Amino acid sequence: MSAHSSVAISQLAESGAADAAAQAEYAALRSTMRTQRIQDFFFHKITLVFAGSVLLVLLGIIVSLAIGAAPAFKAFGPGFITTVEWDPVNEQFGAAIAIVGTLATSFIALLIAFPISFGIALFLTEICPVWLRRPMGTAVELLAGVPSIIYGMWGFFVFAPLFADHVQPLLKSTLGNLPIIGQLFSGPIMGIGILSAGLILAVMIIPFISSVMRDVFEVVPQVLKESAYGLGCTKWEVVRKIVLPYTRTGVVGGVMLGLGRALGETMAVTFMIGNANKLSWSLFAAGNSISSTLANEFAEAATPLHVSSLFALALILFAITFVVLSAAKLMLAGMSRKEGTK
Amino acid sequence: MSDASVNPAVNPGAARPALNPAMNPVYRKRLLRHRIGIVLSVLAMGIGLAVLLWILATLLIKGLGGLSISMFTHDTLAPGSADGGLRNAIVGSLMMVGLSTLVSTPIGIMAGIYLAEYGESNKFAQVTRFVTDIMLSAPSIVIGLFVYALYVAQSHHFSGYAGTIALSLIAVPVVVRTTDNMLRLVPNSLLEAAFALGAPRWKVAMMVRLRAVNAGIVTGVLLALARIAGETAPLLFTALNNQFFSTDMNAPLANMPVVIYLYAMSPYDDWRALAWGGALLVTFSVLLLNILSRTVFRQKTPS
Repeated sequence: MSAHSSVAISQLAESGAADAAAQAEYAALRSTMRTQRIQDFFFHKITLVFAGSVLLVLLGIIVSLAIGAAPAFKAFGPGFITTVEWDPVNEQFGAAIAIVGTLATSFIALLIAFPISFGIALFLTEICPVWLRRPMGTAVELLAGVPSIIYGMWGFFVFAPLFADHVQPLLKSTLGNLPIIGQLFSGPIMGIGILSAGLILAVMIIPFISSVMRDVFEVVPQVLKESAYGLGCTKWEVVRKIVLPYTRTGVVGGVMLGLGRALGETMAVTFMIGNANKLSWSLFAAGNSISSTLANEFAEAATPLHVSSLFALALILFAITFVVLSAAKLMLAGMSRKEGTK
Repeated sequence: MSDASVNPAVNPGAARPALNPAMNPVYRKRLLRHRIGIVLSVLAMGIGLAVLLWILATLLIKGLGGLSISMFTHDTLAPGSADGGLRNAIVGSLMMVGLSTLVSTPIGIMAGIYLAEYGESNKFAQVTRFVTDIMLSAPSIVIGLFVYALYVAQSHHFSGYAGTIALSLIAVPVVVRTTDNMLRLVPNSLLEAAFALGAPRWKVAMMVRLRAVNAGIVTGVLLALARIAGETAPLLFTALNNQFFSTDMNAPLANMPVVIYLYAMSPYDDWRALAWGGALLVTFSVLLLNILSRTVFRQKTPS
């Protein structure tokens, strides 16, 4: 069709003599252009529908979770969020245990993953020889490719026994004797529990945080770094005092992205957290996160109130991750604007 | 300030001065801090690589024992029976993942085209892009719950279709994101050349712009495939599991991740061995897809 119209144009230019023929050509051209306009109109609308379907799914998730959660919120009120009780037998449900478990494991994961990811990003952008950057970067990103359930199996069967035999007694005999934080490292040594779940989560989010950090580190203008080197700064000083301040929002965005991942992670946590519906100060104790409660109980939930309470948990989880991921996205958007002005 | 001209950090060729006490104390402290920082950074990289290798080694050691021909030719059996396999789970997984890919690829590509074509200054497209990024990291178990409420609860039975829907919902944002990113790499001059020939917008979008980044789109699809192949959480209450061989998508369907989960949690040794074998199979296929998408189908920026 495009070939046809271009031929039509050239003919239109030449045809001074054959007026009637030109008129016909002109009409044909107009009709071609009209068809094309109609085609473009439909093309726009069809792709619009597909793009809109993504939005529709998000709305659908929020609405269906809210509908499912409504009976639970009606029965327990807003106190559902702060109630420390989860008792399917007596039909008493509160979200506090699961929320605390989710936040505690994710927080531990961030605490460990942040410095390691920073180290990896620093290594990949500043230290690593150029020819080794791609394979090394790919290797770290492969960590993100390993399915969640594999982390769970590895954590449960390989990591947890070693952790219980060697690391936990050490923590208990050193940090466990300190006055205030001591009770965090007390309690029975099982290998699984909140701390172990946090450790596995840390490994799982390292690739996400480090790849964002690496990307934003590369945004830093070379001139800034070279000026610092010119003043006699060491590499470490350049990274700490030039690169990191320049990329602060991006780094925080990457950390939030990792947090968003950690909050919603299911299978690995289900394996590692121990699945006990109780609250304890000890990080060695078994607990429950929102996602592990859902994975364990949803298929077996018998009463409507139990099912509804699980929907309420899912709604809370979705709300938390939505806020965290939105914050991450906004921060990273600020970073990419910086990239544009480089 | 120390003497910058002998700073080894900016002059790696020079011999490193030893940390002798006669050196300027300020410089000595800075150099020490620099070296500690570098060592910690290398250590962090080492930790990352070590964990990856540790996981892969674990899978190989524990999984190779469970891997056998009968794993592919026999179905899941009761514990204790001599030659149980994973045939039904493998077939079920392939069916669900395959169908999800077929469904999510066109949807994702069309949505991605919209974002790239009309998304420059359009509020609706900006919101969609934002939501896509969030759905990319949304908890997969919540998506499973959504499909349960939407489909399973309405049709009153678990089914392979429900699992397929859940997996598609996870795959679509991946395809949308990569398509959008890749299409925006296409240089404007190429599009303008096509427009100057009188091509309508849909032709330019589908036949010039999309074609220029073929490899990039394949990457997106492969990444989506890798993402959903190992997903367990959304299948727990959509496809559930099936002990027997079945290709009926409208009934509970056996699938690798859920079978691995159930078998790994079981107290039977032969089931656990099968779980490790399955884990080896799934992980290495997923990692292979990841590597393929990064090497063979790597998009070279069109020029």
